[in-house]
Amino acid sequence: MADKRLPAVGASAAASLGAAFALVFFYAPIDADQGFVQKIFYLHVPLGIVALGGFIAGGVMGLCFLRTGNRIWDLRSYVAIHLSLILAIGVLATGSIWARASWGHWWVWSEPMLVSFLIVFLLYCCYQPLRFAIEEPERQARTAAAFAVMAGAFVPVNFVAVRLAETVTHPRVLSATGGQMPGAMRVTFLACLAAMVLLYVVLWRLELARKSAAIELKRLRRRERPIPSSSPAVMPRAAAG
Amino acid sequence: MPALPLGDAGAYVAAAYITFMVLLVVYVSVMARNVTRVRQELRRLTEEREREESR
Repeated sequence: MADKRLPAVGASAAASLGAAFALVFFYAPIDADQGFVQKIFYLHVPLGIVALGGFIAGGVMGLCFLRTGNRIWDLRSYVAIHLSLILAIGVLATGSIWARASWGHWWVWSEPMLVSFLIVFLLYCCYQPLRFAIEEPERQARTAAAFAVMAGAFVPVNFVAVRLAETVTHPRVLSATGGQMPGAMRVTFLACLAAMVLLYVVLWRLELARKSAAIELKRLRRRERPIPSSSPAVMPRAAAG
Repeated sequence: MPALPLGDAGAYVAAAYITFMVLLVVYVSVMARNVTRVRQELRRLTEEREREESR
């Protein structure tokens, strides 16, 4: 996708998100059990699915970097994880609001779904400090990719383990019982999920474009103002140790 | 817990959607500001180079 097409795709993502939210409030019926507060589900669940999917995608991209050594995969992995982390903040916030309305508590520590998502979130909070604690670019990229692969593999394992847990009060959406949504609710949920995926792709492309431009700018600056050869930043690898 | 009345539930639903929109707007505006800064810097470097070449 060329950078020039980004505004058009961004506009279509915004339009599809607007259409999906219109379906939520004007088309989907009010849930007989939870009432109006169930409308949060159409935002919270797609956000969660896309955030976790983004973490897994970041792991796959990290694996591609480890296999090929091409730095673009490292950059893609970094951006995917960064964006997923931001969406994960949205998942935690909207989930807490729903929990307060439905359960009367902002957070329930005995609920495996909540705690497991928090663990995944905190795990990925370590990604950036770990990455930027390493100065040598090649080592930084390899360490970050290894982290992304391991954490990315942990996400589905964690998800399955939580679903096997017994004491759960958190609603199950994609299960034999929870998945039996009425047609209008299912259509609305799928529209919200599609819009959220499109939004993620657009934001990922936007941040990737920004990061690529910033790297290009740094290269240009170095070419314009070469750093003196005595500086450790340009020391040959053998001399650097 | 029984379902909340529409008035109370509406506040929670609005809070959830507003939180999401604020998060989205903040993220996009930070990105847009960074892109603008990078573009300005690129333009400045290009102009500098052109000036040096014309000398």
